[in-house]
Amino acid sequence: MSNNPQLNKSGQLQHLLTTEGLPASILLNILDTAEPFVGVTERDVKKVPLLRGKSIFNLFFEPSTRTRTTFEIAAKRLSADVINLNIAASSQSKGETLLDTVNNLSAMHADMFVVRHAQSGAAHLIAQHVRSDIHVINAGDGRHAHPTQALLDMFTIRRCKRDFHNLRVAIVGDILHSRVARSQIHALTTLGVPEVRVIAPKTLLPAKVERLGVHVYYDMAKGLKDVDVLMMLRLQNERMLSARLPSTEEYFKYYGLTPEKLGLAKPDAIVLHPGPMNRGVEIDSVVADGKQSVILPQVTFGIAVRMAVMSILAGS
Amino acid sequence: MNIAIRNGRVIDPKNSFDRVTDIYIQSGKIASLGAIPPGFQARREINAQELIVCPGLVDLSARLREPGLEYKATLESEMGAAVAGGVTSLACPPDTDPVLDEPGLVEMLKYRARGRNQTRVYPIGALTRGLRGEWLTEMAELHSAGCVAFGQSDKPLPNNRVLMQAMQYASTFGFCLWLRPQDVNLADGGVAHDGEVATRLGLAAIPVCAETVALSHIILMAKETGARVHLCRISSAEGVAMTRAARKQGLPITCDVAANHVHLSEMDIGFFDSNCHLVPPLRSLGDRDALRTGLLDGTIDAICSDHAPVDEDAKLLPFAEAEAGATGLELLLPLTLKWAAETKLPLVAALSKITGEPARILGVEGGHLTPGSDADLCIFDPDHYWTIEASTLKSQGKNTPFLGWELQGKVKYTLINGNVVYVD
Repeated sequence: MSNNPQLNKSGQLQHLLTTEGLPASILLNILDTAEPFVGVTERDVKKVPLLRGKSIFNLFFEPSTRTRTTFEIAAKRLSADVINLNIAASSQSKGETLLDTVNNLSAMHADMFVVRHAQSGAAHLIAQHVRSDIHVINAGDGRHAHPTQALLDMFTIRRCKRDFHNLRVAIVGDILHSRVARSQIHALTTLGVPEVRVIAPKTLLPAKVERLGVHVYYDMAKGLKDVDVLMMLRLQNERMLSARLPSTEEYFKYYGLTPEKLGLAKPDAIVLHPGPMNRGVEIDSVVADGKQSVILPQVTFGIAVRMAVMSILAGS
Repeated sequence: MNIAIRNGRVIDPKNSFDRVTDIYIQSGKIASLGAIPPGFQARREINAQELIVCPGLVDLSARLREPGLEYKATLESEMGAAVAGGVTSLACPPDTDPVLDEPGLVEMLKYRARGRNQTRVYPIGALTRGLRGEWLTEMAELHSAGCVAFGQSDKPLPNNRVLMQAMQYASTFGFCLWLRPQDVNLADGGVAHDGEVATRLGLAAIPVCAETVALSHIILMAKETGARVHLCRISSAEGVAMTRAARKQGLPITCDVAANHVHLSEMDIGFFDSNCHLVPPLRSLGDRDALRTGLLDGTIDAICSDHAPVDEDAKLLPFAEAEAGATGLELLLPLTLKWAAETKLPLVAALSKITGEPARILGVEGGHLTPGSDADLCIFDPDHYWTIEASTLKSQGKNTPFLGWELQGKVKYTLINGNVVYVD
């Protein structure tokens, strides 16, 4: 395997493509850098001049409102210039290749690309081919990775639980198709969480998932027992069209997070969800809006964490 | 022209011959080994000291991309790659554009290939019209035009009734079916082995049962129809085991593996290396080891290059969107030698997998050095190390997982019909 494509020659973060293969020190540095930015977002004047004069291009080859918006807000609060490109609707449909699009934008003196793409590996491909002074942040590539989501989840967990080294964490739902789950697993194991569980029916688990360092459960009653953190995943509606699941009702009955199932976890367990939620499919509204839910703080922290990543990459 | 090849280590697996000696070539044929024929006067002498002289390689799968796909490669570029790789006979799959499903197309391809006085081209005819898996082609006519066998290349044949009837019809004439076992539904959308690498990278997966389910259908129908079947590009340990069991039953089944799969596994994909996007997918290390065992015990008869030149742009895409395939004609020999060295296999046994054995499967002359046979030879330096780079490859396709690797064994001369067609 080649060298880690995310690090430059001196071992510093050049791109953020995946949480896999990054040392804990780099992940912790991102979380530590994010801490004061939470304060910035709570001030009247929500701006710091760290990235003044930098151009950040949001390249969204796949539609997204929430993630694009939080990246845009993060960049603006760092005083960067932000250009949003919804490429699914423009040049790709005219037959331009991914790298041609990127090369054209590089010629406009971009400092950073925030990339979302439906294909696993798209952000790696771009990172391999951009000029060495351009930074790439993966905002989600296919089923592969969504590192800033995982980092904001880690930030949220640390805020609530303080220490990673005594936690039992369960990730519930469509692991197979989830870039969020993959990035969460790598981040949790890197940060020293001793027990990471995945809970799903076999049709939503990828082959040899245990090799990622997780314990596999098919039964919520067993998998949720005594956990400190529950990380729910969104179940996409198109999964119902395949033979993977018979119905949303049956899925909710066996894998949806209800107050009863949450009762199996530790009394002070917290519930995370990357959004957007399907209420009544993977999560009951009572839980989503309940006092153990940290779903809205996740969104707030997401801006601080993305500010941290951008400032570490482009501010140096 | 009379040619004398002096002092080479002559290895002819089919005749179990391995000795330093001279070879004399007269009128395009091998006149004798060792003793000079009466009245022989050499017009050209080749000093093969420290070199190995073996039959020209026979490659069971090389895409030449003609007709129709000349932006990927041309007959000229790929025939140049063939002789540079010591390949003097090759079978080309029917997945050209248009596909090789009409005698006229096959005759044209044969004519264009012959016009270059180069590597012998043996087309595999399409089994079904347009490779669509619905109607049988005119197999007997295609055979008369030069097709040596019939297959679907990588196109699916989802209808078992069509497969059964194709076997019955082909076996009526004694034709062999070349089939790559892969269930179309189980493999649908997949681009990598259903293992830990696809899981880590989030790539849509092809499970092993995509191969074994199709293989079980093929074996059961071959048993019932008596059809001869050649299994192309086997990829899994379970597939090897099933093939071994079928052969033990005495079924007329042969089998090949791609040189890439003898060496690589899913691990080589690393961070989405699109040069490792291959068909079938690179599987686990355990599968790779089982393929090697299958080669050793004879379950797998031959190693092929599975040559598939792809233009550069088609590889500069995210892994799943990148076109599958790798250039291979010039790597067949060094990769076979590397396998032999790693498994401490005698050269005579290793070279049989790319000379005598594939010639037997093709049912053509060649692949041996028996006096009186056509003088198709490969003379190579087993100790020459070279680095695989775009600039060291003649093929128009520069895409291979082995870019940057240093491999051992370089072709120095290639002879076809007693003509020196390549000199390094």
